[in-house]
Amino acid sequence: MAPVIEVTDLRKSYGGRAAVDGVSFAVEEGEIFGILGPNGAGKTTTVECVEGLRVPDAGRVRVAGLDPVADQEQVARVLGAQLQQSELQPKLTVREALELYAAFYPRPADWRPLAERLGLTPKLDSRFARLSGGQQQRLFIALALIGDPRIVVLDELTTGLDPRARRDTWHLIEDVRTSGVTVLLVTHFMEEAQRLCDRIAVIDKGQVAALDTPTGLIRRSAGATVVSFTPSAPLAEPDLYALPALASVEHRDGRITLTGTDETVNAVISLLARHHVTAHQLRVTDATLDDAFLDLTKEEAV
Amino acid sequence: MNTAVLRTEIRLFRREPGGIFWILLFPTLLLVILGSIPSFRRPDDSLGGLRTIDVYVPVAVLLGLIVGGLQSMPQTLTGYRERGILRRMATTPVRPAALLSAQMVVYGGAALGSALLSLAVGRLGFDVRLPEQPFGYALALVLAVLVALALGAVISALSRTTKIAGAIGSAVFFPAMFCAGVWLPVQAMPDVLARIVGCTPFGAAAQALNQAAAGHWPGWTHLGVLSVWILLLTGAAGRWFRWE
Repeated sequence: MAPVIEVTDLRKSYGGRAAVDGVSFAVEEGEIFGILGPNGAGKTTTVECVEGLRVPDAGRVRVAGLDPVADQEQVARVLGAQLQQSELQPKLTVREALELYAAFYPRPADWRPLAERLGLTPKLDSRFARLSGGQQQRLFIALALIGDPRIVVLDELTTGLDPRARRDTWHLIEDVRTSGVTVLLVTHFMEEAQRLCDRIAVIDKGQVAALDTPTGLIRRSAGATVVSFTPSAPLAEPDLYALPALASVEHRDGRITLTGTDETVNAVISLLARHHVTAHQLRVTDATLDDAFLDLTKEEAV
Repeated sequence: MNTAVLRTEIRLFRREPGGIFWILLFPTLLLVILGSIPSFRRPDDSLGGLRTIDVYVPVAVLLGLIVGGLQSMPQTLTGYRERGILRRMATTPVRPAALLSAQMVVYGGAALGSALLSLAVGRLGFDVRLPEQPFGYALALVLAVLVALALGAVISALSRTTKIAGAIGSAVFFPAMFCAGVWLPVQAMPDVLARIVGCTPFGAAAQALNQAAAGHWPGWTHLGVLSVWILLLTGAAGRWFRWE
């Protein structure tokens, strides 16, 4: 089946500076696809081209086989968007906003269960300007879903939400996906990306630095496994640095933290046994997406 | 034009007591204050035998649409752009232009309502005769509303923020009121001044309304001046307006 979103060699510059410099990816129907990257990496510009809000300088964007610029109205019918920064009319109530936006679509979702799900029911008669940041954010998520879209684009989904509301929103997004909707998620929350996304494109300096599943990204980064221990006797530095597939060594208060792969872990254990050194509080953990992300987007040493 | 958007914008306009007062009520209130001065209800030779109250009815009619078009509408539109409301709407099947046209209908309608109120209060309260050439009057009034909306759209197009829109709006507001005859009715202006003022949108509108009120078909030069301004300003607004 053809991908539901296809971005091929997308380029966009502002005032001669390339914000997006040759980005390509394809999102399959029904997946949650994450776009992860540091601030100013070109994430928002990329999704704005998908939403039809910006005209690419070069490259090709297709949403459900349509060009978001030339067929903007048709794309808007199948794609719901939550923008990073936008407001509504200050004196518009939540109910009026939901009814108004529902009227824009040929077959809208029923807004009542949607409002209930997002905890907006007690606020239906409140004006937009009187809502808290989190309530405004939840209203925008509702508006993104109100047209019963095939695809939703969520830019900084849970920014401004408290941890509880964030988790509730994640549940909602998982339910949305279960009902067959494709989700394009822009985020800089690693926990969110790791929890929700089937695949992630890491964008850095306007280019795709990596594209894989969250586990794939972690495995691929140099220090995928972390082993830490407090040795009963000092270990010789050259022995440590000779460990296979080692990515980093850190000493702190007599505790040694090594990153590498499973191979590194096995070698460390043999090394300790050979020298009859006991390892206190030996911990072997997988690196998080955080570590992988930092590894993928680190500044090249000049 | 989208009816759901229009309904919403009408509802939101009704929640703005400031807008309702200055557009709908203030011009008529001014008329009532002027009309309560006894000397303004006596014929005045310098006004060609008309009473001051007679010449102030068209002024009040223009005042409502100047406030609505130049002060209120640019503030609202610029605010909608500044707050990303236009952008938000651009991601739906309804184009943000629907919001613009709804705004024009709301403020154009409010200005017309204000004009009718002034005419009614003038007639009932102070015995000011209704326009004797009603079709000519209606035509001049519609053109005046259009020119006010077009000028307001240009102000919105040129203003990046609501603050700038407020500043430009006020800068244009006072000359517009002068041309409409708020301080000195056009009939009382010296010839040269009246001719200069007649080249401005609201000066031409004032003279066209006066002629129609007196029973003549409004002069084609005045209607022509209005039409040229409408075309120029609409073109400028279309060229310079930014959605974000």
